[in-house]
Amino acid sequence: MPFIPSTKTQTNYDVIVVGSGAAGGQTAYVLAAAGVKVLMLEAGRRYDPVSETPMFSTNHHAPLRGSPTPDKPFGFFDATVGGGWRVPGEPYVTKRPGSDAWVEASATDVGARQNFMWWRPRMLGGRTNHWGRFSFRMGQYDFKPRSRDGLGIDWPFDYKDLAPYYDKVERLIGVFGSNEGLENTPDSSSGVLLPPPKPRAYELLAKKGCAKLGIPVIPSHVAILSQQQDHQNIPKILHPDSPAMQTALAKNMQTRLACMWATHCVRGCPIKANYQSTTVHIPPALATGNLDIITDAMVREVSVDDTGRATGVYYVDKKTREDIHVKARVVVLAASGCESARILLNSKSAHFINGLANSSGKVGRYLMDTVGSGLGGQIPVLENAPVHNEDGAMTMHMYMPWWKYKEQTAGKMDFPRGYHIEFGGGRGMPDARTFFGMERFTGGSYGKKMKEDLRRYYGSFVYFAGRGEMIPNDDCYCEIDTEKKDAWGIPVLRFHWKWSEHEERQAAHMQKTIAEIIESMGGRVTSPPQLDGKKAIYPGGSIIHEVGTTCIGSNPKNSVLNQFCQAWDVKNLFVTDGGPFVSNADKNPTLTIMANAWRATDHIIEEMRKGNI
Amino acid sequence: MKPKPTSRLPRRVALKWMVVASATISMLDWRSFGAPAATAKGYGLDANLLETYIPGDLWPLTLTEAQRRTATALCDIIIPADSKSPAASQLHVVDFIDEWISAPYPEQQAHREIILKGLEWMEAESAKRFKFFFAELSGQEQYAICDDICFEPKAAPEFRTAANFFSLFRNLTTGGFYTTPAGWKDIGYVGNVALQKFDGPPPEVLKHVGLI
Repeated sequence: MPFIPSTKTQTNYDVIVVGSGAAGGQTAYVLAAAGVKVLMLEAGRRYDPVSETPMFSTNHHAPLRGSPTPDKPFGFFDATVGGGWRVPGEPYVTKRPGSDAWVEASATDVGARQNFMWWRPRMLGGRTNHWGRFSFRMGQYDFKPRSRDGLGIDWPFDYKDLAPYYDKVERLIGVFGSNEGLENTPDSSSGVLLPPPKPRAYELLAKKGCAKLGIPVIPSHVAILSQQQDHQNIPKILHPDSPAMQTALAKNMQTRLACMWATHCVRGCPIKANYQSTTVHIPPALATGNLDIITDAMVREVSVDDTGRATGVYYVDKKTREDIHVKARVVVLAASGCESARILLNSKSAHFINGLANSSGKVGRYLMDTVGSGLGGQIPVLENAPVHNEDGAMTMHMYMPWWKYKEQTAGKMDFPRGYHIEFGGGRGMPDARTFFGMERFTGGSYGKKMKEDLRRYYGSFVYFAGRGEMIPNDDCYCEIDTEKKDAWGIPVLRFHWKWSEHEERQAAHMQKTIAEIIESMGGRVTSPPQLDGKKAIYPGGSIIHEVGTTCIGSNPKNSVLNQFCQAWDVKNLFVTDGGPFVSNADKNPTLTIMANAWRATDHIIEEMRKGNI
Repeated sequence: MKPKPTSRLPRRVALKWMVVASATISMLDWRSFGAPAATAKGYGLDANLLETYIPGDLWPLTLTEAQRRTATALCDIIIPADSKSPAASQLHVVDFIDEWISAPYPEQQAHREIILKGLEWMEAESAKRFKFFFAELSGQEQYAICDDICFEPKAAPEFRTAANFFSLFRNLTTGGFYTTPAGWKDIGYVGNVALQKFDGPPPEVLKHVGLI
């Protein structure tokens, strides 16, 4: 089974999976491994990283030397296709700071001028093609936040329930890192992680500086192959009952090469050295013969029968503009938190007048992003460093996990939840903006003097980014806009957003701490730390970690899904993306999305076998 | 930098004409500032990333011959040749600046106005002080103007706007220069090559930063 047009669908699909990114890829992969017949629907175009990635291309030959533009907000070579902060013809609605008017979000008004930002590609594999690949496990505290400090919502299961799935996902996708035994920063099982790359000079300097501040600096966990995977053993460990998937996975693993320590992962990876759904999940799933994929299929509604059971989905074929219905025994939404909530809210019927699976009224609620705030520094000891290649894995080899759990428990902090610090800098490939604003350091030099100054300063800058936990609140949610529809006639979302003091205080603390770290490295901040949290914090959605909106729980009255991501109201309907999250720890969500999706999908398979769905 | 003696007199005549003409042309030009050329579009949300692009491929360029002359001279004052790398113009940095200010995106459109006004100011200032095109001034004369505008925080009030232009022009010149192979070499960027393994910093680097 392969990529097919709308006219070639079969009549007997077991499961429809809406979406092809981290959640859709993982869900379809596990289903295909179990012999379940799957139809995957993706709203964007077909995309092949092997033939489309500009791996060693340089800024020299890119428009505007690769600079970000509204068409490519992360730079020309970013893998994102068909979207970004805007998707043409598919608007969303939000407010601007200080205004109560609803406005259509714009591509050029991102940043502080918009309360909420929503990043959407339109391509096979979704955001996994360009993501940062940071793969941190949530810890035991992160699943029980309300039990610990009385705020937010507990998950209906524990870390130990998800731990085996974290192991499975890490084995499958390949994650480098180390086990450090730190509080609420879980270790992986022995033999699961790949060895981390050596730290760069500025990373070692940060470690030395942070030691004085009591801040740990440890190897990062990143979904990049620091060496080739063990294709002989991992497939057997992951799929003891599926010889077909063992073969398919072993074959795909052998085509995945180890990182070449060059060119940025945000472009995608044609040697498949990092995780993206299009190189890791989809090829072996297709090879089992159990997966069909239709691209350019914009799902608008889940269909139900008279008994309230899901029967399939309606989608718009973007190429023909035809409205098409496909059927299956089970429907899984994995379209991304907000997009899946949108589909549910747009699936109104006599049975479900407020949208599907929404008897609790919670669909769209508890939308969260990650708290983000950052600050840069210039480090004099890095000036005039000997020439050397610092590319590495193109992302951080080291990071700072949250280190003040005990102080928070003791009530010594003015915000309740943690953050980690990501950082980068050094001698990266120059882009158009590398030396913008250098006059602050050079005093306005030009000519031969400036050339000497730039040789001196190149490689001496380090940027630190705090990434913190947001607590779900009643002011952050999405709902259907009553007037606006997209180019396919589908009602669009509008976003309500308000940070609470918990996040704003945390952002101010990030600024203060980062300034201290820069100082500990003998450096100076490139701008003063912003100690007003309201100003220090980035707009909602800007970290692109939006989760929540179809919350899981143990009570149908106040949650949308049960602990297996199964809709309380519709037992053959599941949501496996970021939507089920009820807390958004500082740990970047993608790894947890995949682990949770794998666990939910195991449950789907079991329930299908039992004949319950 | 010294103009050829034989070109002096005719140039002076030409300059007079140019000052008059540029006043007229600039009046027309101002109308288009802040708006992209009518037919120009961005490269969209699904550009071919494997293609090699050069300025002018995606949208029409802006600079006139006269503006290019000024820009070229200024680029080379900002980045002259030295023992490590060539001058900015030898790496076609002006083409990059032209591509930048001609791009149909809001930031670049804002820069377009600053750059075009700034180039005009440079010529007006050259004519006022030295009665020549900027490109034809002696190095000393060119530095006299640039020194007044090279650092906005210390610029005299009457030079603030020009200093803002110079700052942007210098930024763009570095952007065009250090993204080239010669620019990489100058600055010491030696990456973008496939490696078997990543060894981390060599001992001389660790020593330099005081870690061993």
